[in-house]
Amino acid sequence: MRLRVDDVARYYGRRKALAQISFTCEPGEIVGLLGPNGAGKSTLLNILATLLTPSKGTIQYGDQTAIDGAAIRACIGMLGHDLFLYPELTARENLTFFAHLYGLHDVARLVETALSRAGLAERGDDLVSGFSRGMRQRVALERALLHDPRLILLDEPFTGLDQASTVALVERLRDRQRAGCVIVLATHDLDVADGVLSRAVYLKNGRMVGMDSETGDLANRYRRAIQQ
Amino acid sequence: MSGFFRVAWHVMRKDMTVEVRSREVLFTTLFFALSVVLVFSFAIVREGRAPDDVSAGILWVAISFAGTLAMGRTFERERYNDTLRALILAPADRPAVYVGKLLGLLLLLGLVEVVLLPLIGLLFTAPIFAFPLKLMALLAAGTLGFCAVGTLFAAMLVRVRSRDTLLPILLYPITIPVMIGGVRGTAALFQSTPDEPMATFWIGLLVFWDVVFLTLALWTFEPLMTE
Repeated sequence: MRLRVDDVARYYGRRKALAQISFTCEPGEIVGLLGPNGAGKSTLLNILATLLTPSKGTIQYGDQTAIDGAAIRACIGMLGHDLFLYPELTARENLTFFAHLYGLHDVARLVETALSRAGLAERGDDLVSGFSRGMRQRVALERALLHDPRLILLDEPFTGLDQASTVALVERLRDRQRAGCVIVLATHDLDVADGVLSRAVYLKNGRMVGMDSETGDLANRYRRAIQQ
Repeated sequence: MSGFFRVAWHVMRKDMTVEVRSREVLFTTLFFALSVVLVFSFAIVREGRAPDDVSAGILWVAISFAGTLAMGRTFERERYNDTLRALILAPADRPAVYVGKLLGLLLLLGLVEVVLLPLIGLLFTAPIFAFPLKLMALLAAGTLGFCAVGTLFAAMLVRVRSRDTLLPILLYPITIPVMIGGVRGTAALFQSTPDEPMATFWIGLLVFWDVVFLTLALWTFEPLMTE
């Protein structure tokens, strides 16, 4: 699925949270939204997820738009900063609940596979509240990927992860990239993002201040773009 | 099971699983409702007799206060890990999420009413078994109308900082018709000479408000949640 963002803006009253955002993501690309706090990264992710409607501009998901509603949402998997998990439920119950919500078939097998991928096959019946941040993050990622979405949106996915969990997450993203998914992630973690991103979109004060597809030296490219 | 009811069922089941595990909302709500009834009974009942018509008012005050508490707490859970966004993001009819939350809330309040009603009967000598079906219909219709509006507002206010203050401010004025219907209908059944036709009239009116509130809530839930 090709994602096309065309002149998107979002206003809160007279305040412009986002303005003049345009870029395209091809299948198999990992696109990073980079920028300081308040740059509009999360707002843009929420717009891409159809959780917010843009005040201006259009977003094309392949040949569909957000108006297509449930059909579009079925193609989107989102991992928010707050993980979207119920701490009072077990990992298995969380995954099963969302599998039912997405109307998936063969739920038990899907959930077992997801738990194995998360490396939590043995702890599937433990409450999520007892998990470390890394374990929660792995369950949350599998929750977001349960329905095999073609567009994956990740908000600060590397926050609070140790090195092993970060490597595992990057490997999982690469696996989805090879499967032809479009991955859009907002992150401050430039060290990890360097070498992962196919393209970087730089945001500052709600505006797009640059975009490149270079590899390596992301920290310097970021600094140059933001200081413009 | 169609997609709409499947989603509503799973949302309600999830809420119940969480509640069975924590018992937080049920116990808080129940404790609050019982406290309200007990305080009123200490203030009003003299020599084992309560003034006519008070018990219906006290019953509905307890239901509405306890219901407001339950609404706030139920959605507080969805706010905690931003799970409401995950629900809204699912490729299901978004009003189905509303219906699921509403059903969960109705079940909780139903349990509270099961405990509350005998206590009202005991403390205020209200004839709760005189017309049990009519009384159940009144409670069901009134609770549905109240929760239909409350669930919508609680979902709407989930990310608002002063949600605990705003919820009753928005909820009580709009649900006044339901409260009036509930109180007058129940009073008609609790008075010394029960007025069954009057109770039936109020049940009809409550059903009318239920239809109005449910229709409006289902219609506005998606635009309100999509910001």
